[in-house]
Amino acid sequence: MPTACCAWQPWCSREGKITDLVVERPQGLYCPAGDFHIDPWHPVARAVITHAHADHARSGHAHYLAASEARHLLRARLGDIDLQTIAYGERLRIGDATVSLHPAGHVLGSAQVRIERSGRVWVVAGDYKLDEDRTCAPFESIAGDVLVTESTFGLPIYRWRPAGEVFAAINAWWSGNAAAGRSSVLFCYALGKAQRILACVDASIGPIVTHGALESLNDAYRATGVTLPATLRVTAIADKTTLRAALVLAPPSAIGSPWLKRFGDYSDAFASGWMQVRGARRRRALDRGFVLSDHADWPGLSQAIEATGAARVIVTHGYVAVMVRWLRERGLQADAFETEFGDEAEEVAEPS
Amino acid sequence: MKRFSQLFIELDTSTSTNAKVDALARYFASAPPEDAAWAAYFLAGGKPRQTVGSRALREFALAGSGLPPWLFEESYQAVGDLAETIALILPPAADESDAGLAEWIVQRLLPLRGQPPAQVVERLHQYANELDTAGRFLLIKLIGGGFRVGVSRLLVTRALALHAGVDPKVVAQRLIGYTDLTARPDASSWQALVAPAGSAADAQVSHGTPYPFFLAFQLAATLDEFATVLGPVRDWHVEWKYDGIRAQLVKRDGRAWLWSRGEELISERFPEIVAAAANLPDGIVLDGEVLVWDPGAGHPAPFARLQTRITRKNVTPKLQSQHPVVFVAYDVLEVGGVDCRQQPQQVRRATLESLLADHGSQITDSELRLSPLVREPDWYALARQRAQSRACGVEGLMLKRVDARYGFGRSKETGAWWKWKIEPMTVDCVLVYAQRGHGRRASLYTDYTFAVWDRAPRDAIEAQAVRDAVAAASTGAMRDLPQLVPFAKAYSGLTDAEIRQVDATIRKTTVEQFGPVRSVVPELVFELGFEGIQRSPRHKSGIAVRFPRILRWRHDKPLHDADTLASLEVLLSASG
Repeated sequence: MPTACCAWQPWCSREGKITDLVVERPQGLYCPAGDFHIDPWHPVARAVITHAHADHARSGHAHYLAASEARHLLRARLGDIDLQTIAYGERLRIGDATVSLHPAGHVLGSAQVRIERSGRVWVVAGDYKLDEDRTCAPFESIAGDVLVTESTFGLPIYRWRPAGEVFAAINAWWSGNAAAGRSSVLFCYALGKAQRILACVDASIGPIVTHGALESLNDAYRATGVTLPATLRVTAIADKTTLRAALVLAPPSAIGSPWLKRFGDYSDAFASGWMQVRGARRRRALDRGFVLSDHADWPGLSQAIEATGAARVIVTHGYVAVMVRWLRERGLQADAFETEFGDEAEEVAEPS
Repeated sequence: MKRFSQLFIELDTSTSTNAKVDALARYFASAPPEDAAWAAYFLAGGKPRQTVGSRALREFALAGSGLPPWLFEESYQAVGDLAETIALILPPAADESDAGLAEWIVQRLLPLRGQPPAQVVERLHQYANELDTAGRFLLIKLIGGGFRVGVSRLLVTRALALHAGVDPKVVAQRLIGYTDLTARPDASSWQALVAPAGSAADAQVSHGTPYPFFLAFQLAATLDEFATVLGPVRDWHVEWKYDGIRAQLVKRDGRAWLWSRGEELISERFPEIVAAAANLPDGIVLDGEVLVWDPGAGHPAPFARLQTRITRKNVTPKLQSQHPVVFVAYDVLEVGGVDCRQQPQQVRRATLESLLADHGSQITDSELRLSPLVREPDWYALARQRAQSRACGVEGLMLKRVDARYGFGRSKETGAWWKWKIEPMTVDCVLVYAQRGHGRRASLYTDYTFAVWDRAPRDAIEAQAVRDAVAAASTGAMRDLPQLVPFAKAYSGLTDAEIRQVDATIRKTTVEQFGPVRSVVPELVFELGFEGIQRSPRHKSGIAVRFPRILRWRHDKPLHDADTLASLEVLLSASG
């Protein structure tokens, strides 16, 4: 951990000169050279936003900077904010720092923040994954001296199967249910996971129904140019037999809600990286758990960290203590930032 | 193994009983007989002796994954299951094996037993490299001997019956002994298990095997509803519900066997009961309860004393005289070598009474005795009797319809047996330690230790002072304040939503961590129920409770209102 001196007073450092391009502040991660925050959790003047999930993109900041592809999503989530967007790779001078955004592969418009000053480069990766996802630009490896990384699935038990296998399993479950005349209710996070599923399942199996909470986000994806199959609102369906062959996407908050009653005898499932562990699957008492995540798995985290060539790594959220110790044992200088990431209401992690 | 692995996934991912029975029946129909034989064995609860110890498994896991021990431990803490942890951390398999379940067990796993550790680890590497994650999980489960999936023996019985087209009762009968520790299922034992009804094997009840136990349901009706739900008292046989070991005493061909409900042969643990049975005629099977009962005592001793008899391997004369056991018979299932389970309860009861009376002269009263009937004119009078249960050392009453047949398992098909247990004793206590759960509750704090006050706090302020002193981990500040004395651990009884809430509070109010255990700031008050209470020098509080469980979360109860050691003393003196 940085000392209190460095954390609260960015102009001060133990060496007596400004070295750290990103420090911890009560409002969030802060870049002293450019006088801006990254995904701050309290209102600030200037916020660089890595992606539109609620624990990273909060309301109340005076000015927002994000990747162009995130524009529609941020508007859908935060309304009429003062938003500036730049293309991936475009360089912007902010104060003494040169800032650019690069694809993080997490969700549509997700970005890693590259900060350069006097030849030193810091990369704040935000949330990211290395697996393929046709709804967003693929993760780009950025060389840097220091990497600020997440560690949501930072345990070696988390190792994803190729996404194609998971979607084949989802398709098989859906068509099996459709043949038996029952709806397939699949719970998934409303932003990112839902659209990735929509884009990757075999839409010829049957109609796709989406919960109201997903609609504005689907629209934002479509408006950004991502092709999604046609989706129906449940209220728009006159012939109830349609529902029996349908794939129904709903956020986890809908579990146990009366909204589900209309589907009668349905099969339910949850798509999340947490489904990797049998206990987590069984605790939810759902029929199926599909292991599908928009975060890097253990090998992915290692690969991403190694690819930056960074000698220093700072871990923000997830299995922080584990990752810090693991990296230190591998000879890297590793520390943690205490953040308020990773507790987005719908992204209920199961912390250690 | 692939087919069995697929079956496991189907069973594990389904919450519907019918879907599980169907999946099992489909598997039984498609698997080669030698594989089906082993699948039935494991799913019905069979456990071969552990072939590899958990230490060797850990060694193999560390070597195979290349992880440092601390990271393996972190992973295990998050998963909560050793086999699953190992299955998840090993690198992906190189190629996949087509070997069937029987080949895996007989050719590969069983021979590992007793091999030098280095060779075991090398073999395990080779095996793990041929299996996907689910296959590895099963492999390690089978090696460890502990295998549980949401399937009961009754469910397996139903699926076997469905597959074979045979009455489930017959299958249940055939299954007895099938899962013995020494059993080695193969194609021919499988054929016998699913043979058409009326085969020679069914007619001749083999040496010593008991019948499937008939189990009672918990009665949920209120006293006022009894007359409507159950009808008049005269239609029922009422007995005390004993708190011992349910057992069948089998006497055939001049020999006697004692079987527990888990179908474990326990004759050697209770030689005095076996000796007493020597005086019974051949071809007799009694159903009853094994209890510790001091000579001349009016009621049985608490279960804890029976426990000392169960846990000791060597039954010495001293142990026998310290904790003398008896068999209290309440049913007869076979007389003169003939199965009489289809006779009505009252006929069987009459047979039992005359049987024990005829041979009473030869049977010492202390070892083999009849469970008396409790006779009262109406349900209300019975309720008053039931209220005396605790003082009589029993758990309540058993109700058996006079025309009930002796069924099997907890099935409602035949007759009706009900248990009408007494309400548990309760205290309000404070959560002081928490530990993570296992299995489906891994990664949540679900196992709690509860405490009561050593003296009642004067008021809310004094209780608050204790809370603050614990939070500050200040032993100095605790002087002169009342102390919380831990006395029981419990984990069941909360809803999943409540568990998540309690889990969050525990994480926020942790004072110290000792390995997997956290001490927390005392804040949460729960009502704890338990069946029995007695003094125990082994417990810090000097008191041990039986079957403790959380009844409810007392949001309404302030900390200083939680119960005290004195409240436990009152319960102690009230329970005989």
